[in-house]
Amino acid sequence: MHIPDGFLNAQTWAPAYLLSAGAIGYSIKKSREELNERQVPRLGVMAAFIFAAQMVNFPVIAGVASGHLLGAALAAIMLGPWSACIIISTVLAIQMLFFGDGGITALGANMFNMAVMGVLAAYLVYGLLSRILPGSMGRNASVFLAAWFSVMAAALMASLELGLSHSVHQVSFGFILKGMLGVHTLIGLGEGLITVAVVKFMEKIGFAGGKGAGEGVSRS
Amino acid sequence: MKSVYKVLLAAVLVAALLSPLASSNPDGLERVATDLDFIEKGEGSQVMESPVPDYTFPGIENGAVATAVAGVAGTALTFAAMYGLARLLKKRVGH
Repeated sequence: MHIPDGFLNAQTWAPAYLLSAGAIGYSIKKSREELNERQVPRLGVMAAFIFAAQMVNFPVIAGVASGHLLGAALAAIMLGPWSACIIISTVLAIQMLFFGDGGITALGANMFNMAVMGVLAAYLVYGLLSRILPGSMGRNASVFLAAWFSVMAAALMASLELGLSHSVHQVSFGFILKGMLGVHTLIGLGEGLITVAVVKFMEKIGFAGGKGAGEGVSRS
Repeated sequence: MKSVYKVLLAAVLVAALLSPLASSNPDGLERVATDLDFIEKGEGSQVMESPVPDYTFPGIENGAVATAVAGVAGTALTFAAMYGLARLLKKRVGH
């Protein structure tokens, strides 16, 4: 859900830049406290993997729409919320600069939706559910729901920004919200399935480090 | 093989082999913008030209190959950028 140039008015995208800058600045400050030598390449490959996975759109609603992995939950669960925010922001910046995916005016909003609120939703949902749901099924459910909620949170924020930009399109907020949450309810299911599978794969090969996947969240 | 190499290899394989198979349906936001009749607000509004628009590497006639090349190039670029940034952040911890 990379918002292009032209969808948001300046009264919306300019404050969104400030919000993202604040949140990313804080994430950088926090990550400086915990980034060690071993983490550095893991951030690099996680960003690379998410970039690649974001290219693979899967169809939803029988050929009418498509979605792709966001990766906010994947990064937050594997590497913690501060690194996840920086990773998703970096992916978004590269997509915008080199591939024309998302507009430069909307970059702050896109970062706020996906790298800040998407990561925050995943972190909170995973942190809560992984404590109360037992066993490996409980863990899978926690990962799945963290991923689903991350997509819904990002879609909700995008809807709000589009709603605030009413002067651009004259469409009522209610229609935008209903449309965005509707289609992303389904895209979120794909996000959940892919995130569960990739977390399992990364855990199996030991990418999460000695403490196992979920280290990032529990450590904070 | 170290786990970071395995994930990097997985990323390159996804970019090279799966990205050309991606669905070309509009994404969630494009679908909504089309249904609600404001998709045209984004057309021609792009502020900045990008070197590899729509994940299609320029100058390659075969569409699948152009996408795969764009995918692998982007994956490598993203790895390099994130690795470099993380290294900068880490160094400031120790000093």
